Amino acid sequence: MGSARPGNPTTSEGGAQATTADPRGSDGRRGGGERLAKGLAWFSIGLGVPQVLAPGRMNRLIGVDDSRQNRAVMRAMGVRELAGAPGILDRPRPSGFLFARVAGDALDLALLGAALRAKGSARARVAAAAAAVAGVTVLDVIASAKTSRSADPTTGERAVRAHGAITVNRPPDEVYRFWRDVENLPRFMAHLESVHGQEDLRSHWVARAPAGRTVEWDAEVVEDVPGELIAWRSLDGAEVPNSGTVRLAPAPRGGATEVRVDVEHQPPLGAVGAAAARLFGEDPVQQIKDDLRRFKQVIETGEVVRSDGSPDGTRTQRQLHQRHAQPLA
Amino acid sequence: MRANCWMGVHRVEVRDVPDPKILNDGDAIVRVTSTAICGSDLHLFDGYIPTMEKGDVLGHEFMGEVVEVGKGVTRVEVGDRVVVPFPIACGSCLACHRELYSLCENSNPNAGMAEKAWGSSAAGIFGYSHMAGGYAGGQAEYVRVPFADVGPIVIEDDSLSDEQVLFLSDIFPTGYMGAELCDIQPADTVAVWGAGPVGQFAAASAALLGAGQVVVIDRFPYRLRTAAEHAGAQTLNYEEVDVREALRELTAGRGPDACIDAVGMEAHHGSGPIHAYDKVKQGLRMETERPHALRQAITSCRNGGTVSIMGVYGGMVDKFPLGSLMNRSLTIKTGQCHVQRYMRPLLQRIQSGEIDPTFVITHRMPLSEAAQGYDIFRHKQDDCMKVVLNA
Ligand SMILES: NC(=O)c1ccc[n+]([C@@H]2O[C@H](COP(=O)([O-])OP(=O)(O)OC[C@H]3O[C@@H](n4cnc5c(N)ncnc54)[C@H](O)[C@@H]3O)[C@@H](O)[C@H]2O)c1
Ligand SMILES: [Zn+2]
Ligand SMILES: [Zn+2]
Repeated sequence: MGSARPGNPTTSEGGAQATTADPRGSDGRRGGGERLAKGLAWFSIGLGVPQVLAPGRMNRLIGVDDSRQNRAVMRAMGVRELAGAPGILDRPRPSGFLFARVAGDALDLALLGAALRAKGSARARVAAAAAAVAGVTVLDVIASAKTSRSADPTTGERAVRAHGAITVNRPPDEVYRFWRDVENLPRFMAHLESVHGQEDLRSHWVARAPAGRTVEWDAEVVEDVPGELIAWRSLDGAEVPNSGTVRLAPAPRGGATEVRVDVEHQPPLGAVGAAAARLFGEDPVQQIKDDLRRFKQVIETGEVVRSDGSPDGTRTQRQLHQRHAQPLA
Repeated sequence: MRANCWMGVHRVEVRDVPDPKILNDGDAIVRVTSTAICGSDLHLFDGYIPTMEKGDVLGHEFMGEVVEVGKGVTRVEVGDRVVVPFPIACGSCLACHRELYSLCENSNPNAGMAEKAWGSSAAGIFGYSHMAGGYAGGQAEYVRVPFADVGPIVIEDDSLSDEQVLFLSDIFPTGYMGAELCDIQPADTVAVWGAGPVGQFAAASAALLGAGQVVVIDRFPYRLRTAAEHAGAQTLNYEEVDVREALRELTAGRGPDACIDAVGMEAHHGSGPIHAYDKVKQGLRMETERPHALRQAITSCRNGGTVSIMGVYGGMVDKFPLGSLMNRSLTIKTGQCHVQRYMRPLLQRIQSGEIDPTFVITHRMPLSEAAQGYDIFRHKQDDCMKVVLNA
């Protein structure tokens, strides 16, 4: 994640990557990532110290027998935990050390839920981690991804680009027809409220914006090769100029199609720009991945697949705030 | 309705929750008549599977009567008696077309979570965490079943009791797949770690598939007795014998041709320091597994043999005998069971009397006593092997 370059399409199934050329945006992210990283370092110390000094109490806390031998194990792990902390605290941009930490820890699943749920400040996340005692590693991963993305040395234009790819079990012609009928797009692009085809190549798009607002624009298809490629672009005057391309190719296995999508938008400056950024997804990679996943569900099964925890279907925002897996009232 | 909910580590509670509704056109609502508690549920109960939320409805082994169908459903009807497979599968994606149902590419709306942990996601599973889709489970009076045309198998033969067919939902196919993955040749020795329900069906299936000798390893004598009686297995109590030595003796130094792990992430280890090491690391979430059985299965297997992993693992493992695996040309086969693939042929084996899956059932209780069921099963009290709950 975060090492994406424009014009370098990923080929993995369901892969996606994004580029941001907006220095303001990345500065904002770096702040959060760094605070999180420092917090983690202190958390390491916080975890390491009691492990070393009070291994017995730690053992009881995590529910293992408090034998002499378990204390020794616990103490040894505390030493390891402490050893990682200075590396993180020393550095202005601690990516490397964080990755070392990740490698040392072994990816922790246990906190995934908690880490994802705790969305607020870095401190809140670390508090959540501390409270759980467990699963520091997932936080490490999140911090690593964030800091290295902001370290991406991209300059120049301010366009936000994202690329995604997925394989669907339908022939290219059918995929082409489905995508070419722009009115299908809102069925899987979560931020779209509606798209109406006008004359042959033009269409009117309505997207949901924060605070119940909508943003509208007109677009046209600028390239159209049946079974292979569709490219579209917003017309002059759009509040958030944007464009996209979908390329289709037969998959190696009979009858399926490789779908590769590139989208791009130019966030305007100022407050509108911030709103637009959110409109097009805070994380364009995540958004395009989600859209492609829903696209696959719709074209393969006819519908967006819903569960009790994610009644609206695949949507990263919803994954962060799951309902419990109980039937809807 | 009443449903058994996960309320935190070591806490389940039967509570009032809303009745399920149709959310997708392919859904059915099933009134649950019988449901079971699985070793996999214990991993949730003990808090080792991440992304559980307080209030999640548990249960992935269940059957019952269809009471409502979505407008896209054509192959099951209201009134049908169905057994429902635990992995949720769409039937239309490439994985489903290859009969790899537990890898369905469409049934996990939370695939993004699983990708973070595993690189790619697998199928959604009933009542098995949000990473596996956030689906309410079947330890409940009613349950929503997505893709009703694909998964559930209709039981037309009323002479078969619930108990005879219930385990088609998971453990019989799982044990069977565990054995099938071993590509058993006549006269092969197959060793099975774990004499729980999955191990019992793995051992029985290995015998059905023609193994010359089946060896089952556990520490509970009552479970080992069942394996001896129903699979004709030799048994080893790992608290009494050195398992690797005993297996070498049984195979004159070669080691078993195939080894099946039917234990999973919460294995127990006879030797204190090793158990302590893994338990502390697992407790601190520095590794997510306690892989004692798997380590031993790998190091015991004969050169060039197959290790079939049916026990469930969630994340990362430490001290994995990779050198043994690589240098001795072992093959690893594994997966959540592709249950849909096995339901029909195994139903036939039940109908023909080749096997009666009820032999694993030791406890029957009403759904309202689910909490007690979990407790007894977890502590292997009262010679508990399998708890069936009647809703
Ligand atoms: N792959 C799948 O599709 C699938 C499906 C169902 C269950 N499972 C998994 O199968 C495993 C077993 O399920 P179950 O219902 O039989 O559970 P269970 O808890 O009843 O049985 C596990 C058995 O393993 C034994 N055991 C523990 N440590 C051991 C060791 N070191 N050596 C030998 N035996 C040991 C225990 O004493 C117990 O009898 C679980 O991990 C479960 O999640 C997998
Ligand atoms: Zn099960
Ligand atoms: Zn599928």
